[in-house]
Amino acid sequence: MNDVFIKIEGLYKVFGKTPQKIMPRVKAGDSKDDILIETRHTVGLKNINLEIKKGQIFVVMGLSGSGKSTLIRHLNRLIDPTEGKIIIDGEDIMQLKQKDLEQFRRHRMSMVFQRFGLMPHRSVIENVAYGLTVQGVEKKARSAKAQHWLEAVGLTGYEEQYPSQLSGGQQQRVGLARALCTDADILLMDEAFSALDPLIRSEMQDQLIELQEKLHKTIIFITHDLDEALRLGDRIAILKDGELVQEGAPEDILLHPATDYVEAFVKDVNRARALTVETVMKPPAHRITTQSIAEALQQMKTFSSDYGYYINEDGYQGIVLQKTLEDAVKNGAQDLIGKVHFENILPIAPETVLEQIIPESMGANYPLPVVNKDGDLQGQLPRSSLAKVLAN
Amino acid sequence: MSKASWLVDFPQMDRADLLFIRKTLDGAYKNFSRSYGDVIESLFDPLLYFLVWFEKLLVNSPWWIIIAIICGLVFSATRSWKLTLGVLIAFLLIGYFGMWENTMRTMSIIFVCTLISIAVGIPIGIMMSRSDRAQSIVTPILDIMQTMPAFVYLIPVVMLLGIGKVPGVIAVVIYAIPPVIRLTNLGIRLVDKEVLEAATAYGASSRQRLFGVQLPLALPTIMAGINQTIMMALAMVVIASMIGVKGLGQPVLRSITNQYFTIGLFNGLAIVALAIVFDRVSQAYGKRTQRHLEGAQQ
Repeated sequence: MNDVFIKIEGLYKVFGKTPQKIMPRVKAGDSKDDILIETRHTVGLKNINLEIKKGQIFVVMGLSGSGKSTLIRHLNRLIDPTEGKIIIDGEDIMQLKQKDLEQFRRHRMSMVFQRFGLMPHRSVIENVAYGLTVQGVEKKARSAKAQHWLEAVGLTGYEEQYPSQLSGGQQQRVGLARALCTDADILLMDEAFSALDPLIRSEMQDQLIELQEKLHKTIIFITHDLDEALRLGDRIAILKDGELVQEGAPEDILLHPATDYVEAFVKDVNRARALTVETVMKPPAHRITTQSIAEALQQMKTFSSDYGYYINEDGYQGIVLQKTLEDAVKNGAQDLIGKVHFENILPIAPETVLEQIIPESMGANYPLPVVNKDGDLQGQLPRSSLAKVLAN
Repeated sequence: MSKASWLVDFPQMDRADLLFIRKTLDGAYKNFSRSYGDVIESLFDPLLYFLVWFEKLLVNSPWWIIIAIICGLVFSATRSWKLTLGVLIAFLLIGYFGMWENTMRTMSIIFVCTLISIAVGIPIGIMMSRSDRAQSIVTPILDIMQTMPAFVYLIPVVMLLGIGKVPGVIAVVIYAIPPVIRLTNLGIRLVDKEVLEAATAYGASSRQRLFGVQLPLALPTIMAGINQTIMMALAMVVIASMIGVKGLGQPVLRSITNQYFTIGLFNGLAIVALAIVFDRVSQAYGKRTQRHLEGAQQ
């Protein structure tokens, strides 16, 4: 899981007539504008180094002209670099001969395009099966497989339609089905959802996440939309003017922007939607580990608070208040903590998006307990840290 | 003569020099056609046999079989009863006015010329679309072919091959082939870059891209080119008749020299009728192959 699957080393791309001659200037650090004016060569990419792990959704983000589409086209060599290495699964793809390159594209990688790139003269099912047609798979087998993927993206019944008869969202589903149909383990998505309206876009994002949970492909996703990047990405790389500005996990980018450029980007992001509880929560304190009420009150005193999280060998049980326990002692009840003493506060899961727990957090007088799938207390979410993250 | 005569008269080439150029060129070409004319002519023999055979087939078959075949072809290509009926009426009228044989002759030569134009033109167009250099070489040649008066290139053809069917076909093809070439090139160049990129990204070889994506998507444009080629071939019929191509052109030519207005008009109308038939049928066929475009109009 942790090996590097795709590795890009020192990748440069200069567009123009004699890119090799311009390379020394690019390496010397001359600006893109100067080089363009003086030599009529456009610097597309400049010293890109990236490592992508298997099974990740790796998002490359940048504004138009930042070189992100150029970068993704290097991975299947729709564009050849001026200099640099691209190693995929241990194989240097720059060394591939034309025939091998075709085989590589047929079996290892598939691509989804911004404006769909569907063949207008082929029906939906023929479009989905296109990769298999190119591979020379016989008709019956490829139809069956295309049918399967068409169903997976929810387009059963549209087989004999032509792309022009479908809506944008449906067309991109065909594009996605076509990409999945070849069983390639690497999926390149070039602004795949950018041409869709917002509602359809978020629907498609959900669908992609859902499919990825089953398929575990390595996905390289290009976008200019940071919200989309944060939602989909396991890792995010930010490009500016052909240079890699920052690469990291979504929270890193959001909470620790490397440059002013990234910071300006990050400012407008809806953090409540982008960050999960996990990234904001504090380590769990206030654990009550005894069943005895008297001892519990003693423990509370040691960490000087009026509440605690009761935990036994089965994991997290509930939140208890000092007051409730004192009342219980007064009433002369049994010296055992039980369900009756718990506050009516439900624990939250670490992967929940902040947006969803804002109401609960605001309504509760105590930090919300964060409990994972196994029932263990992982941390707590105080209102103050939630407010702090959302405030800036 | 005054010294400044070049201000008034254009400084011309010496007459003797001009004569020399003419003599050398004419002489060289004459020698060339004398020594190689027969060889080249024999190269075209298969074409001549085919032309003669096809013309005989059309002329000698009973007229009702020909009409039935034509109407059958028209209907299978267009699936339109109206168009088929129109074609039927046109051919019946042509026959009734006594122009059947000439029409068959013209049809046979137009058919052969169109086939040759397509067979030669589409590969050239494909080649042009693949290389900018080929395009920059071929384009001016096409410009010359289209603007050079037909009579001018008839001269060397006739000198080489004499008069008759083959030089006629060559002249017609030279005149009519540019649209197929140009529009094949254009059609392929206009294919959506992203669609082509998608094909490449899925590992299509250049052959698979050409036959699976570029040609099918360029087809409407190529069909327009073929249509233009047919029209231009028909327009050449009269000129081709000057070098001995039989058909509807000859009566027209005779009418011009003898001022037979009615005969000229009738034969002219027959050419028009043929043109309309070819045009409508090829267009309707082209449209029918583009089923996928129907949805886009919704």
